[in-house]
Amino acid sequence: MDVNKVFEYTRYLDGIEKMKAAHVVLAEYAYTPSLPEKGYTNRTLHVDLSTMKISEKKVDEAMKKTFTGGRGFGLKYLWDAIKPTTKWNDPENDIIISPGPICGITQYPGAGKSLVVTLSPITNIPIDSNVGAYLGPLLKFSGFDALEIQGKATEDVIVVLEGVKGRVTIERAPLESVNSHVAAEQFTHEYAADEADRRNVSVASAGQAAEHSLIGCLNFCYYDVRRKVTRLKQAGRGGIGTVFRDKHLKALVVHGPQVKGDMNRPADLGRVQRAGVKLHREMHDFDDKMCTMRKVGTTNIVSVMNAYDLLPVMNFQYGSHPDAKHIDKTTWIRKFTQGIPDGCWYGCSMACAHGVDEFALRTGPYQGHKVIVDGPEYETAAGCGSNCGIFDPHWVIECNFYCDTYGIDTISFGTITGFVMECWQRGILDKERTGGLELTWGNGEAQLEMMHQMARGEGFGAQYAGQGVHRMKTMFADNGWGDRQLLDDIALEGKGLEQSEYMSKESLAQQGGYYLTNKGPQHDEAWLIFMDMVNNQIPTFEDKAEALYYFPMFRTWFGLNGLCKLPWNDIEPGDNRTANTPQEAAKVPEHVQNYVDLFSGVTGREITKEEIIAMSERVYQFQRVFDLRMGKGTRQYDKAPYRAVGPVTREEYESRQERYDKQLTDWMKVDPAGKSTEEKMALHRAYREDRYQKLVDAVYKRRGWTENGIPTLETLRRNGIDFPEVVAAVKPHLK
Amino acid sequence: MKYLKTTPAKCKGVRACEKACARTINKSDDPAKSAIRVTAKDGVFEINVCNQCGACIDICPVKALSRNKQGVVMLDRKLCVGCLMCVGYCPTLSMRTHPDLREPFKCIACGACARACPEQALEIAEK
Repeated sequence: MDVNKVFEYTRYLDGIEKMKAAHVVLAEYAYTPSLPEKGYTNRTLHVDLSTMKISEKKVDEAMKKTFTGGRGFGLKYLWDAIKPTTKWNDPENDIIISPGPICGITQYPGAGKSLVVTLSPITNIPIDSNVGAYLGPLLKFSGFDALEIQGKATEDVIVVLEGVKGRVTIERAPLESVNSHVAAEQFTHEYAADEADRRNVSVASAGQAAEHSLIGCLNFCYYDVRRKVTRLKQAGRGGIGTVFRDKHLKALVVHGPQVKGDMNRPADLGRVQRAGVKLHREMHDFDDKMCTMRKVGTTNIVSVMNAYDLLPVMNFQYGSHPDAKHIDKTTWIRKFTQGIPDGCWYGCSMACAHGVDEFALRTGPYQGHKVIVDGPEYETAAGCGSNCGIFDPHWVIECNFYCDTYGIDTISFGTITGFVMECWQRGILDKERTGGLELTWGNGEAQLEMMHQMARGEGFGAQYAGQGVHRMKTMFADNGWGDRQLLDDIALEGKGLEQSEYMSKESLAQQGGYYLTNKGPQHDEAWLIFMDMVNNQIPTFEDKAEALYYFPMFRTWFGLNGLCKLPWNDIEPGDNRTANTPQEAAKVPEHVQNYVDLFSGVTGREITKEEIIAMSERVYQFQRVFDLRMGKGTRQYDKAPYRAVGPVTREEYESRQERYDKQLTDWMKVDPAGKSTEEKMALHRAYREDRYQKLVDAVYKRRGWTENGIPTLETLRRNGIDFPEVVAAVKPHLK
Repeated sequence: MKYLKTTPAKCKGVRACEKACARTINKSDDPAKSAIRVTAKDGVFEINVCNQCGACIDICPVKALSRNKQGVVMLDRKLCVGCLMCVGYCPTLSMRTHPDLREPFKCIACGACARACPEQALEIAEK
């Protein structure tokens, strides 16, 4: 297509001067702008919305050595900000945005990420969420390694960081929209000097539905210079947008300097450049043959998951569906505008941030508007699509759009909708209980209306769905709706967080990958289904435990440094599979070396591949202790709902009877002949639940934890995090 | 469209072109800062330089690459973010980078190398 095509979108700029003129500055802080030195600015900005006080904190060498940056800084600041008794909506809860030392380099794909950390409303433990777009890098180039927002304003305010002028303000801004696709456009236009300056503005915002639910996401925007429109990326998981709106924040605006290729002032620019060019070239040579990320992004795996019986269908009951072809890459390649550089930060040649342009909305307050929709990505297509029995791409896109603009996590929303639709299927919900919503499989309009209810703060959407599956199953049981055991089995959540969108029933390692995690079942820590189930490369408990040590530690490192996981293994060197054993190939050793080069090249601190793991483990173990400090972090919170482990219902068993019967023979040495489905299901359940517990034992041992999942004092010492308050959090559990 | 036409058969590996180019576009005597490169392979010289195909123009995320009136692909350094995607995506590997330089660089068909070449292996031409 013509990369300079002019797109027609509905605009929200009428009266923009009046909106800006209505701002009232409530607090102001002047500072001296500075660029990072070797990746760090060595200071953090702190904003307290209760006292309206704005201040700076120094980042010292010990902080950098122990916590590196990004998620590490976020967890440390959150630890210092809250008490074990703090609730998510207490004023002391802190939202920390931290980009990490490598973040902001332009030469290597996926290097514009920030980590957002807060005490989650959905889990009551720390959540960290990795988000693209420009806000993190612009924050750093404005002078700060992190931004902390504490306290709670009494009315809707915005925080504005003018990174060139050296000015931070808290402002009353009454006229702009709270919904993100509008807020991003309005604030970008208000604070940019002209068209050329718009790319130097990034806005963080949530939306109406984040106010009335516990699953609010935070959107970061960036200005697409070709389409001339603001676009949104999400810190999706764990309700960060809910905390943002609870603090009465309408938006955070960062207006930084124009970005250049050396703004991190790296120790060795050439080393960074060489790694970047090498990966750009791999992308050029192999992406079309490997994952086609540049054409269809992460949706390339819908058809793969469907083929391997791994695509969540109807609340994870089934793993494939004949209609999945309507929401796979063959559809998205037509819906996504092709041929435009689509990275969510400069230099991302993987370019997976695809957009559906000039999309006409059918429902809600923006009905009839023509908008750009960022995505859907795989998780949204699977979660809001197949998992709800919805295979009409229109509804998937519209659901994606409203989740984003209302500030809702598409993953939690997809898993929630699948759960309530199954409750409808089983008679646990009906029209009377839902207040008229017909939550039948495939009903995209009902799914959207449930979300509009969340946005309006009314009806079943706000009262039930927006509270997440963990609370819903208790509310349903308390209402006398459905059997508690069944509800526990089919609610895909751990620690309160909804599971992301892969079927883990046939991969024990992935059950651990989901449920032996610090923040709940997401695919940020480990994705082991292919290594385990498809390729059988980690057959023993010890093999699986080793994978559940290495991969979560390795992948944590992306979040410490402001990097995206995707360019690590969604593109590989051409000889990766031939030059390495299968187990080593899964680590993509050449790309791990790239990360060594990036970190050493930026910071000047020479590291090894092994130190990557050591850096991560310090933060990972610290986060586990943090969970413990907040009342979770023990074995009972690492359990998996049975739907993630094996077949809950007769229909599920019978849909894969041949496979399950064979497993009875092969695994349990039991002859299935003459046994009822219920008897066979009971045998499977006993076997699979026991197997999961054996995995837990092996993983705890490998991670240096007790049988109850507590990091030992030796583990804390080995990781250099045996600080008095960390030891104090652990000690009562070691008796 | 103006471009640098090369005749490798005439090249004797003098590399005067590299020096002239580095001096002209990067004010340096370092041949690694030249947009034109001469390499010897099996006793035969190869000349690598941008053919102004323009594939890089659509790769650039900030529209820093465009054609000038003569059809030559030019980089606007003020807009460039130094991401080097154009380097990785150049079909002929003729977009250059150097550790001393924040932005990439390329042949601008200025003709300095052609003037320096004693063998007339280079000339500014139209296509």
